[in-house]
Amino acid sequence: MADLSVNICGVDMKNPVIPASGVFGYGREYEELFPLSELGGIATKGTTLHLRTGNLSPRIAETPAGMLNSVGLQNPGIDHFIETELPYLLTKDLVVLANIAGATPEECAEVAAKLDETDVHMIELNISCPNVKQGGAAFGTRCDMAEEVTRKVRAATKKPLVVKLSPNVTSITEIAKAVEAAGADAVSLINTLLGMRIDINTGRPVLRNNVGGLSGPAVFPIAVRMVWQVANAVKIPVIGMGGVSSGRDAIELMMAGASAVQVGAAIFTDPYAPVRIISEMNEWLDSKGISSVKDIIGAVKPW
Amino acid sequence: MRYTQGKYIIAKKQAIARQIYSFEISCPEVAAAAVPGQFVHIRAASFTLRRPISICGIDKEKGTLRIVFEIRGEGTAQIAQLNEGQLIDMLAPLGHGFTIDPSYKKVVLIGGGIGTPPMLPLAKLYGSRATVISGFRSAGAAILQEDFASAGAETILCTDDGSAGIHGFVTEPFKELAEQGGIDAVYACGPMPMLKNIAAICKEKGIFCQISLEERMACGIGACLGCACRTKRNDEEYFAHVCKDGPVFNAEEVLW
Repeated sequence: MADLSVNICGVDMKNPVIPASGVFGYGREYEELFPLSELGGIATKGTTLHLRTGNLSPRIAETPAGMLNSVGLQNPGIDHFIETELPYLLTKDLVVLANIAGATPEECAEVAAKLDETDVHMIELNISCPNVKQGGAAFGTRCDMAEEVTRKVRAATKKPLVVKLSPNVTSITEIAKAVEAAGADAVSLINTLLGMRIDINTGRPVLRNNVGGLSGPAVFPIAVRMVWQVANAVKIPVIGMGGVSSGRDAIELMMAGASAVQVGAAIFTDPYAPVRIISEMNEWLDSKGISSVKDIIGAVKPW
Repeated sequence: MRYTQGKYIIAKKQAIARQIYSFEISCPEVAAAAVPGQFVHIRAASFTLRRPISICGIDKEKGTLRIVFEIRGEGTAQIAQLNEGQLIDMLAPLGHGFTIDPSYKKVVLIGGGIGTPPMLPLAKLYGSRATVISGFRSAGAAILQEDFASAGAETILCTDDGSAGIHGFVTEPFKELAEQGGIDAVYACGPMPMLKNIAAICKEKGIFCQISLEERMACGIGACLGCACRTKRNDEEYFAHVCKDGPVFNAEEVLW
């Protein structure tokens, strides 16, 4: 039995596996299948200042070795999260990363300020959403915007702040350095890659929103590359995600430099994926005689 | 237990029409929990997303579920290749089923094409109090007519091309039944235009109507919010989710 515990910017986790934001809601639906306390943490559904109804359907499309989604940040708003969902999650033995989003830096900061007064363990700031003050370009696509939103959220909370990076950029390392300089305690990556499918019989895009985020095993090599590059560019911890569907994938992403991993689309294929991944990681570490998962973080030996 | 995930033995497999298969699956704990109108979420080995398929039969004594599905694409084609004795990976039973009232004296069950299978458990419950109107492209695509008859239900068959039964859509015979009156409830599953027409007739006649909807789906249990459906709750627009709030909705809640 290897030691699977990790520490991300001062927060201890009994294992490094976290269901990613968006796939897992606020956890309740999966408690029916396994105890949430088996998880290292949970990244909750992206939550905004006010309720959002999200996009029209279809919001989901199958793709080779993956899927597209365009849910459009449907959520009940931060007050509902704090009053109803967070107290439930805080009764479980796991780290709660409250994923937040907003249309302006000020909105993101206001959401973070509300969470600052709670017992939530960490805040994960989604910067892949459009900045309405800057013509709808995603915060995470420009260093100045990523820096500004991170700085304003940083000022609003003392909670450990994880900034979730978009891969739809020319240089993810530049964005990572910008948010580190603005006070992020950690970064998580990769969010989904922008994609599109068309139904050739109707000529219509499959998604009602035309485009959506690609995830699943198809994006895993991109995640490994970006985690490796970012881990080498910043001093703060990296939480890796993107197509992780097995214990071996999780180990690989940690070797690339991740201190913890999030699991997304794999949960749709196998709802037990996070707990299976925990046990597969343990088996692999035992088979190699590695006593602690911390020993493999960044252990890749590049050519 | 509300739902669970596991691998279950396919006890019986039959092709019942071109590209339409019937599986009887041995899954006692799922069968014990299942109610009419719910669905199962089936894993197709080489795909990321599971395929939601409605429940066509629940035998709690035998501990089996029956599903009837059509090959619509590569995922369902892969599921159709599974054979008797092999294991099928299901997350089930899922969703909110039909409202059943034993005091109803006359119900109408309406199925369009592959929307017909979820009507069978209702036919078994209501027996001779049920009239089943089902519509298909042609005689060759018609399924489950004998099953409905042996459940004691009256059957009305419609085909788009007139190759069997009434030449036309299910809405025509339904309008006639609705005019005659005395219907306590209507249950329907099929293409959206069909459901919309049936809901409009029921609204006009003041008949309680429940419809089963379909949407592209990911988690199947209400976590990912992928399968949104526009509904009305307390007079406000509400994006419900087909997997958890549905697949069965009261027709008057749905915003078409």
